[in-house]
Order: sequence, then C-alpha cells, then structure tokens
Amino acid sequence: MKTNHSNGDVRIGFYICHCGHNIAGIVDCPAVAEYVAGLPDVAVSRDYKYMCSDPGQELIQQDIREHGLNRVIVASCSPLLHEHTFRNAVAAGGLNPYYFQMVNVREHDSWVHTDRAEATAKAKALAHAAVDRVRFHKPLEITKVPINPDVLVVGGGITGIHAALTIGNAGKKVFLIERQPSIGGHMAQFDKTFPTLDCAACILTPKMSAVRSHENITLWTYSEVVKVEGYVGNYTVTVKRKPRYVNEDLCVGCQECIKACAFKEPKFPDEFNVGLNKRKPVYIPFPQAVPQVVVIDPERCIQIKTGKCKKSCLEACVDRQAIDFNQKEQLVEIKVGNIIVATGFKLFDATRIPEYGYGLYPNVVTSLELERLVTSSGPTAGEIILRDGSKPKTAGFILCVGSRDTKTNRWCSRTCCMHSMKLAQLFKEHTDADVTVFYMDIRAPGKGCEEFYDKSLREGIRFVRGRVAEVTDWALSPEEEGKLVIRVEDTLAGFVRRIPVDMIVLAVGMEPQLDAQEVRRLFNMSCGSEGWFLEKHPKLAPVSTFTDGVFIAGCCQGPKDIPDSIAQAGAAAAEALALIDKGYIEQEPNTAYVVETDCSGCKSCVPLCPFTAILFDEATQKARINAALCKGCGTCVSACPSGSVRQNLFEDEEIFSEIEGMLSYV
Amino acid sequence: MSDPNWQPRIVAFFCNWCTYTAADLAGVSRLKYAPNVRVIRLMCSGRVDPQFIMDALAKGADGVLIGGCHIGDCHYVEGNYKTLRRFTMLKRMMADMGIEEQRVRMEWISASEGERIKTVINEMVEQIRALGPLGLPQQFEEWDREMTALEHAAAEKSETEVAHA
Amino acid sequence: MNYSYFPGCSLKGLGRAYEESLLPVMRHLGAELNELNDWNCCGATAYMSVDEEQACVLAARNLAIAEKTGPQDLLTPCSACYLVLNKTQHNIADFPQIREDVDRALKTANLTYTGKAAVRHPLDVLFHDIGVEAIKQKVVRPLKGLKVAPYYGCQVVRPYATFDHAWNPTTMDEILAALGAEIVHYPLKTKCCGGSLTGTVPEAGLRMTYILLKEAIRRGADVIATICPLCQFNLDAYHDQIEKHWGTARIPTVYFTQLMGLAFGIESRQLGLHRNFVRMKPLAEITPVAPVGV
Repeated sequence: MKTNHSNGDVRIGFYICHCGHNIAGIVDCPAVAEYVAGLPDVAVSRDYKYMCSDPGQELIQQDIREHGLNRVIVASCSPLLHEHTFRNAVAAGGLNPYYFQMVNVREHDSWVHTDRAEATAKAKALAHAAVDRVRFHKPLEITKVPINPDVLVVGGGITGIHAALTIGNAGKKVFLIERQPSIGGHMAQFDKTFPTLDCAACILTPKMSAVRSHENITLWTYSEVVKVEGYVGNYTVTVKRKPRYVNEDLCVGCQECIKACAFKEPKFPDEFNVGLNKRKPVYIPFPQAVPQVVVIDPERCIQIKTGKCKKSCLEACVDRQAIDFNQKEQLVEIKVGNIIVATGFKLFDATRIPEYGYGLYPNVVTSLELERLVTSSGPTAGEIILRDGSKPKTAGFILCVGSRDTKTNRWCSRTCCMHSMKLAQLFKEHTDADVTVFYMDIRAPGKGCEEFYDKSLREGIRFVRGRVAEVTDWALSPEEEGKLVIRVEDTLAGFVRRIPVDMIVLAVGMEPQLDAQEVRRLFNMSCGSEGWFLEKHPKLAPVSTFTDGVFIAGCCQGPKDIPDSIAQAGAAAAEALALIDKGYIEQEPNTAYVVETDCSGCKSCVPLCPFTAILFDEATQKARINAALCKGCGTCVSACPSGSVRQNLFEDEEIFSEIEGMLSYV
Repeated sequence: MSDPNWQPRIVAFFCNWCTYTAADLAGVSRLKYAPNVRVIRLMCSGRVDPQFIMDALAKGADGVLIGGCHIGDCHYVEGNYKTLRRFTMLKRMMADMGIEEQRVRMEWISASEGERIKTVINEMVEQIRALGPLGLPQQFEEWDREMTALEHAAAEKSETEVAHA
Repeated sequence: MNYSYFPGCSLKGLGRAYEESLLPVMRHLGAELNELNDWNCCGATAYMSVDEEQACVLAARNLAIAEKTGPQDLLTPCSACYLVLNKTQHNIADFPQIREDVDRALKTANLTYTGKAAVRHPLDVLFHDIGVEAIKQKVVRPLKGLKVAPYYGCQVVRPYATFDHAWNPTTMDEILAALGAEIVHYPLKTKCCGGSLTGTVPEAGLRMTYILLKEAIRRGADVIATICPLCQFNLDAYHDQIEKHWGTARIPTVYFTQLMGLAFGIESRQLGLHRNFVRMKPLAEITPVAPVGV
C-alpha cells in the first residue's frame, strides 16, 4: 500500500481486490497497486483480499474520510455484479456514488488468461485507463419521477379482467378498455376448460360481473386506444369510444329491440359463433355479455346506412328510449401511470393449408367452431352435427395446423394438444362417435394434464402419430364413399394409412393479432421476430417491456393457456402496483443532455431516439432531451456533429481518456 | 520498427447488455483466450463514435473491436442499426487511409455467446499479429520529425537566399 | 415476347403432339419460341438416379447454350426436363463440387454457366407473362359444356415450381376456364401417374394410372387435360392392360395446349389430336355451340 498526497483537485483512491485466489492467483495485485500508486493524482493505492466484504467497504469509507478522496476505483470482478454495491459503499462514505469507477480484472482477466505476466500487464493497463477516466467523473443525482396511481388495462379477455380486478382490489383506479362490444375474450367462447372440464362461462362470468360492479374499475367496451403520450408514471392516453347507437346507461338488455327489428330473420354472420349462425344488425354478442347492452352494427343497419327504416326498434324501446341513432364517435383523454397490454391472440387461418380442405369440404371445422357447436348455448344447442344436420359417427382431429410448421408458423401454440383432447372427450360424450387424434407429439405439461391424456386414452380415443398429408374426398373403396379421407403416415405402425371420417377438426394455432405491429408502436414496445410482444427478458422479466410503465400479459406475449395467462396478469398487476406503491421511479443518471449553446438545431439527433426522448423545440430552435424518457444508450451522442449532445457517465472526454490510459501502459 | 517483443494491442468497445455480458460469461466459464484485448464498457454499441475508433488507432492500438447485440435484439431497440451504418462508412474510410480491413472489426455477440468471445478474440489477435503493428504514434512522430527537418531546411534556404539577394 | 425453347427428347418423340399444339398456340398469342441450338437430352430422372454429378453437367450444357444464344428465359414444357434443369440450377448454386465439375466440363466446349438462364414452364409463361385476359381474347370457339379434369402430375409442381401451389395448383384451371370449359373438382390433380413404374413394375404403376382415370370419370369429366408427356402416355396408352387387371376406365387424355388450340379455332389434326389412343370426341359432339366470330 502506498499513499501519495497530491495537491491537485483530484484525489483518487485505488483498490485492487484479490478475491481470495480468484484474482490474486493469476494477477500480481501488489504490483498493480504499486504501479497505480505511481500515477498522478492517486492518493491511495491498496490491494486487499475481499473488497466487497464489509471490512473492504469500510476501508474505502475510512480512506475517503482520512485522505479526502474524491474519486474511488475498485479493480475486482464485473461491474454487472458489484458496481451497485461499491457505489452504495462510496455513498455511505459521504462521496457522490458516481465518482466511482470499476475495473474488471476477474471475468475479463484472471479467469480467462493463464500467463501471469500478461494478465498483470493487462490489469495495469485497465487500471491506468480507469484512473484517467475517473478524473472526469461528475457528481450525478438519481432523479425521481412521481407516478400517477391510475392504471390502464388494454384488452378485456380473461387476462385483462384478472389484471383489472387485482389492481382494483388493491384500491387503485383502473380503466379497462376492450374493442369488442363485450368483455370475455376468447374464453367466453369456450364450453369447458381443460384439464378440470370446468364450464368456461361458469368461472368467467363471475369475474366479468365483478368487473362491471367494481367501484374502482371504469369499463369502456367497444373502445380502442388511439394515442399514447408521455412516460412512465405520466401517460396521457386517448381512447376512441365507438358509437353503439344505444345509450349504455339506459339499456337494460331486455332485447325487445332485437325481436322487433325490421329484419324478420337474422341475416348476417354472427362473429361470436364464428359464422356458424346469423344475427341481426342490432344484437347482443352473447347472452352473458358485459355490459348487458345491445349494439347496432352501422355496416348492416338500414337506418344508419340509408336513413329509411321504420325503426321498429325505437318503438320497442319506447319506455327506456335507449336507442340513439345520433350517437357519434368520441375521443376521450385519460391520464394513467402504468399500462398493461393484454390484447390476446388470433387463430391461424386454416385456408392457408389447402391440403386440409378447410373451406373446400363443409365438414372440416376449426377447433373454435367445434367449441361453439359443443356449447349448450351455442348455435346448435350443444349438438355436434354435420352441415347436413346428421350426426357424425367418426371424427378426426388434426393437430399442429399452422404450428410447428416451416411453411407457416414455426412455434408451438402450446394449448392445442390439450384443447384437442378436451374437445375429443366432449365429442365422444355428445355423439358416441369414433374419434382419432392425429398428432406429432402430445404436449401435456401443467397440473393434471398428463392425467387428462390418460383419461383420453381410457375413454377410447384413438391416437395416431403422424403428420396428416391431406384430407380428400377421393374414395378408393366403398367404405370411403361420401366420407372425408385422412391420408397419414402412421409412424408408429410404419405404413401409410387412409382413414375415412365424417368430420374433421383442425387444431388451428395461435398467432399474434392482425394489428399487433400497430399496437406495439402505439405503446412503444417491440415485437419479437415472430410477432408476439417482446418481454424485457424471456426468463427473468416475462411481463415487463423495455418501456418502463408498460407491461404485457397473456397470449399477446406468446401462446399460453388460461392458468398461465392469469399468472401473468397477476404478475403484471404486481409490477404495476409495486411502482405505484413506491410512488416514484428512480432513473439511472446516465442520460443524455443537450448543451444548448453548442446546438445548431441541425436535428440529426431527433429521429434517432427509439424512445422519442429528443424533441426539437421550435421556440428555441434547439434539440431538447426529456431525461425521464432517455434510457441512456448514447446513440444520439455519437451522432451529434457538434458534440453538443453529451451523455452523463459516458462523456466523450471520459471515454477518450479511457482509451488513452489503456494504451499508455506498454 | 520490428520489435521482437511486440504483442498486438486491441481496444474493444462492448455494449453492456450483450457483448460485455458475454465476455463475463466467458470468464465465468473459465474459457481461455489471448490477453491482447482491453475492453471499454459502453451502454450501447450505438455510443461508439467513429472518433473513438480513430483515436484508439492513433494512440497506438493495432486493432479495434466493436461488440453489440444482434440486429433486432438491441436493448435500446435500434442502437446497433446505427452502429452498423457508421461502421460500414468507416470501413470505406479506413480503406482509403490504407488501414487494413481486419484491424477494425464489428461483431454481434449476444449475452449467451461466451464461446464466441473467445473465438473472435483469438482469431482477431492472430490476424493482427500476422499484419504486424500499425504503429501510428511512431508514424506521427516520424512525420513530425520529417516536417521539422523540412521546415529547418526551408528556413535555412531562404536565409541563404536573403543573404545572397 | 421471345423465349428460348427446350423441347427435350419426348416432345420430338412420343410426346410430339405436345409440341404440335404448343407452338401454334404460343405463336397465336404472340410469343416467339427459338428452339435451342444443338440441345442435348436432359438425362431426365434416369440419369439423375445413376450419377447426379454427371447428370448436372449434362443438363447444364443446355442452360449454358441458352445463356450464350439468348433469350435467357428457357421455355421447358416437358415435366422431367423442367425438374432436371431446375434441380441442376439449385445443385450448382448449393454445392461447390458440382459447380466445379460443371464449370470444368463446360469450359472444354467454350461454354459458361452463370445462373442467368431462367427455366420457365408454359403454364407460368401463359399465366404470368401473357395473362388469362389475353388468352380469353383469342377464344373463337368457347369450350362451353366441356368438362375437363385438370391434371398437373407431380414433377412440375414439386419441389421447384414457385409459380403455383405444390398441392393445389390452379394456373391450368384458370387458363382452361378462360377457354370456357367447365373445370371438374379433381382432388387427384397432383397425384403421381405411375411414372416409369408403368413399364418396370406395372402392377404398381398402372394401378396408379387406373385410379386417376377412374376418378376423372367418376367426377363427370369428358377429358383429362395434362401438362406432361409421360403422364399423357401413361393415361392414354395402357387401357388394355388396365382393363385386364382392374377394369374399364376409358377417358381421353389430351394436352392442355391442344384444348387451347381448339378454342383458338386451330384444326384438330394440326394439334395432333389424332395421335391419341383414346380419341377425344369432336368438340361439336360434346358441346354444340356455334363458333364466335370467324
């Protein structure tokens, strides 16, 4: 240990850690300390066994007091590990923590080199670089940004509902926005859920009611987010409320207007029933819709399109007078602190695989269509029937349609094996048909799911391992006449089979919503290469995004089943609540800033920022950086031609000194 | 110029989220590689100003290595695209200046690719060893000496001319 | 529109009706076909199975000639030639060893192959370059009432054709529909006809042929339209054997270009329709519709 008292303004304390044998085994620590002691402005230069330990940290604090240190360098492990620790130690010693610099001589030196001389030389060079750099460090403060406690949840499926309820129950105000006329999402279309065979409506509707009656939840259905401005804790969101032509406060859901509609018979494809039956222009999406309010389709209603209708619906609603053809679209602004995006998924379009005959042969249906057939409140009152009304005696389920496929989608949609087995069980229950499942692999993780597979086998459902090559109506034998023939290689049996069935169910995969790219831009998120919203870290931060204050949950982040969606909804709610509870956000001070006197207003920096943190101030004709939005990447800094954009903690002079210092030691 | 003890010296700029983490992983995995690279940590490869690269070479580095996230994976969304653009232009300038292409290298290395750190560094060190030292500081000194000598010669010449005029 | 033209051995031999109908039809539509000078056999599936590297050299010579003389779009009607030439192009691009062999061999004949030649199928050229509308304009004798089963065979649509779907192609369907014909739903449109097996293992090959014929009849087709000389031969020439083993399934199989020729008012003997074993009934008998215009 050597102490050099210096008269200069800068008084550096240098510490090289032995880390037991980890560093000292290869790097000659005393030699490095001695070398650094000889550099200008170094007041203290020590080597010590374990710097991160309490005594090690106390050593720094003591030296700050006794030797008047105003810069501290620790050469030890990776800053990714202990930078925070040492910054805190320095702060506890009474010095601004950003006067600290760390040198990595373990992960980048002692652990990866074998020659003692060379490793020590490298350590000296790195130390020299840090000494030169730290001279230019400035005192920086962590900024605190206050948080608006209100939360926006986008998407009213099971995920959004659960997130909204969790946050509402915590006493915070929630805006739940859903673009369909009712909440419930895809789960409302299911009959039973795997593996318990719970009735989907029975477990969903209580939650939907809870949302409706919750004092902290403002539910806006038939609405969409159109603009998001601001930053974490302070978002201003513009919501477009589409006109239902029905006053939500007055309508009681009696549906007399539907009965009285000028259309005597329903004529238009019913979206909730996936086109399996029809509805009128005035309709309610499904019986348990929340809100229990009818909606009028402006594309189909004669009154809205032509102005010439006898308006029998108005007459039917003479008591409440809830129908209002003068309703207009409204744009409403709300202010929230956090946003949870739970916009769900869409199903793969099976016409993209013509080999399976969807759209060509009427008795090829998708899994969702079968769900609607099987549901007792569905278009066929729970009867599984072929298009001609007869009962199917045989059925084939084709798995991985639009999943695990290099020609369409590479990913596994995770739920199809399970929901296909569920539907197969229900199929047999309703029709006593002979059911075969054609699979590549059966994926049944999750509690009770493997047991569910056993149950399927016990109930006599057949399983053929092979990827179906085609579905055809070409009959090779009398038994095949009039049926759909599945041609498949039965890989376990070892030959190609032709299996005639009455009905085929395609387990269509999950895909990102059609407008996922627009939506993600709206919320300043990224999408992964496959189109799902991108989480901050696939393992450690699955519900956070790279934009602080915006969280994702449910299938919009990737295919998953209901339990996992609810888990993510809770996780996102917890993350939001954690921020709200703290009341403020701490920002790392490595933000960029503009030195206005040097800025010429060339605007080179403005389009570079992916976080829109740089604005051009028309009044001053200079660039301005919003420190709350700036994430500290430094891209604008290196682009600025005049050097007027700078970055705290990564200033040009700091880096140039680091370069010079590194090359000074030969 | 030919120092038998000469070892290549490479300055590296690694982005915090991907390449620096990968180098840490290489350390944790105790992979062994050549000790000729000195790393400067930046938050994003987009912070790499081409002037840093020029300065490093001018101050005596024999090569510069830039490490960032794979395209599409940048922690700050698009920083590495900017790096790519700048690097592409810089390469052309380097060629014009007569600096060999292998001396300045850009690699996308993700946080899980510890092995690649080892491979890239070893490869680059060998390439530069084969190229020999860049020796710009010595070059600058030599040019300075030349200039000074020329200036003296010119000054003397004009003196004698004045004297004879 | 100018194209180089690679007939291949079949179109000069058993498949001459394909050429006889293709050339006048293309001419009628304004496309000039320049037969490749001194072309050689492509090797077809036979040589590819024996020695793939040498087969590529053999086929590449034709590509090199096309590049040398131009135009570089090489119209290749025969399905086997189409597949072999495409495969050769892919092999040269993907495998340096094959590229070396090809370059070396071609050099001895002062030829080079740079990858610029494009192998085009008549369906591709008719559908994408000429267009269904232009074809419709030339129809003087609509094939109204003629039920056609469009049969593509397997070699053109798989694996190299990018101009149509591999399992459910529709270019020929649309061209035939433009002629006024009624397209019959024919799910076996890309199933193998038996290929060379009809000669080597007839109990397997001819059975496949029989299935195709039977299904076309079942679907109510008057005629099967095909694009491949081997398919046409298999579907047309083996009826006696098929009858002996599986049953009668007589339905005429013609080239789609012959149907185009008929619709354009070209005389049937000119189109080679007399070469069929199972003759197509004269159009007037099938669809008594008065010709349009002259």
